[in-house]
Amino acid sequence: MAEQMKNEEAFVHNEENILEVNHLKKYFPIKGALGTKRGAVKAVDDVTFSIKKGTTMGLVGESGCGKSTTGRTILRLIEKTDGEVYFNGIDVNKLSKKELRALRTKMQIIFQDPYSSLSPRLPIGEIIGEAVREHGLVPKEELDEYITKVMLSCGLQPYHKDRYPHEFSGGQRQRICIARAIALNPDFIVCDEPVSALDVSIQAQVINLLKDLQDQLGLTYLFISHDLSVVEHISDTVGVMYLGGLVETGATEDIFANPLHPYTKALFSAIPMPDPEIKTDRIILEGSIPSPANPPSGCKFHTRCSECMEICKNKAPEARDMGNGHVVRCHLYDK
Amino acid sequence: MKDNQLAKYIVKRILISVVILFFVALIIYSLMRCLPTSYIEQVAREKSMQPGSKSFEEWMKQLTAMYNMDKGIPEGFIAWLGNMFRGEFGDSWKWTVPVVDKFADTVWVSFAMGAISLVLQVLIAIPLGIIAATKQYSKTDYTISVIALAGISLPTFFFASLMKLVFSVHLGWFDLYGLVGRNYEQLDAFGKLLDKAHHLVMPVTVLTVISIGGLMRHTRTNMLEVLNADYIRTARAKGLSEKSVVYKHAFRNTMIPMVTILGGSLPGLFSGALITETLFGIPGIGYASYHSMISGDIPFSMFYLTFMAVLTLTGNLITDILYAVVDPRVRIS
Repeated sequence: MAEQMKNEEAFVHNEENILEVNHLKKYFPIKGALGTKRGAVKAVDDVTFSIKKGTTMGLVGESGCGKSTTGRTILRLIEKTDGEVYFNGIDVNKLSKKELRALRTKMQIIFQDPYSSLSPRLPIGEIIGEAVREHGLVPKEELDEYITKVMLSCGLQPYHKDRYPHEFSGGQRQRICIARAIALNPDFIVCDEPVSALDVSIQAQVINLLKDLQDQLGLTYLFISHDLSVVEHISDTVGVMYLGGLVETGATEDIFANPLHPYTKALFSAIPMPDPEIKTDRIILEGSIPSPANPPSGCKFHTRCSECMEICKNKAPEARDMGNGHVVRCHLYDK
Repeated sequence: MKDNQLAKYIVKRILISVVILFFVALIIYSLMRCLPTSYIEQVAREKSMQPGSKSFEEWMKQLTAMYNMDKGIPEGFIAWLGNMFRGEFGDSWKWTVPVVDKFADTVWVSFAMGAISLVLQVLIAIPLGIIAATKQYSKTDYTISVIALAGISLPTFFFASLMKLVFSVHLGWFDLYGLVGRNYEQLDAFGKLLDKAHHLVMPVTVLTVISIGGLMRHTRTNMLEVLNADYIRTARAKGLSEKSVVYKHAFRNTMIPMVTILGGSLPGLFSGALITETLFGIPGIGYASYHSMISGDIPFSMFYLTFMAVLTLTGNLITDILYAVVDPRVRIS
């Protein structure tokens, strides 16, 4: 508690950061019979990080560790339980519905599944241009031209405008989702596993498109993925999540060259190598992920950790900066 | 190729419908002949009661021959079928006019009643369903659902009687029976229309209330399914207004199942509402057929019941063809 107080006081908006997430929590209540509250799934549990303008932060972790929930809570597509999210220094959770709607143009999201995230009854041009028109970003008479421009920049042809989503392949659909997002001229995009539904050859195209757009438009990404090679390729910084909490954050080179947390080490040892001759020392994690409704005491990872010590079972480790912004939460690095 | 396949499918479906219709007509005819109420018997009894008349048995023999009922059921059915193909539906025994004339007289009242109540249903049930879905598990949702279920569960005769008790007997706002008031003939054209409209208020209300529930539940279920879809989350993330999210993105995608349901209910507009029309004494097709059936009027009942079977089969046929047009997988089997 004292530590949290100290942190809250210490929080100051840094002009370099586009996004600052401070002790964000999202608990989903578990309802029993007759609407009684029986507990909560701690999907996001005390997450703190920030992203500098024009950079990409990769967020990695196993399925169900709260990556997507973090992304959606930041955008307030889901209401948070506790904590703050500052977008350009504005507390997103304090905005009224109307102010939030206006701010939505500045922060966008690309979803994982391009098959279900496009409305099947609207033509592509309408999907891309609809919000632009509603927010009045472009004069009416220039709207059509603007849509064409956005489509071309995402590798879509202008004659696709009147077609419906089912006429496109997965890769094209994801391009439509990207075009839809950048049409609003955002500063920040949450990419919620944008390539995991696509096959590998298409993944590369879509990722390169995201990178090109970042260079052209100065975008900032929060790139959520469980594919570590993709994250290494696109990210400037990386956050590793386990069971709702960040266990390690830092610059991509630092983390990939020198992973500190036992969980990060295990995760990285699972990256497949394109050469069958190389023998990897895979660290196989024992047991399964504990339930986020009832997380283990102390360090949440201690039930599966090969380096587990007595202190890990009782005391949650504090964030420790190992230099160059490489932060780890593990008792191994206590001095 | 594709059209050819579809045409084949439609022809196949029509042929099957004809076979079904034949057996339905056979069953109806057999049942009508087996009814304990015999129109001929009743007439023979009345005639034999008159002073100086022939005996009941003699009258029976004469009338049975006159009405062509002296044959067995199979021969009678074939004779009826033959007349049907020649377009001769005969005269109604009860109404003593050609069956087709009586039908043409009564069907439009039923159609008007059904059409008005269908429009009201759509106008009330669909918005209610949308509201219930957008506010799922709220008090509004529960209130709407309870009212809708009450509507489904209320038996027509009970609800109609309740309406009559409150609005006719106690409040005296409406007449108990009939389509027109006692001063109908003295009214001008517009007054006549108003008079009819006034008499239709209660029956149409009953028809609407009892059928709102089903359509509302259907809208709610479809909307819920769509509202949980990813593209609705996309629409919200775009910062669209809630109105635009619900009506443009969500409702548009529930239209197809809705249109199928409403399309299927269109032929039903001609079938009349037997219970409601009878209770309110509205001279529609349902009312006429009810009185034909209880007096054993075989030509009219046969015509009405066969017509109902044709309507049902047509409704199913339209629905099946619509599905086949939308979903090519249906055609293959």
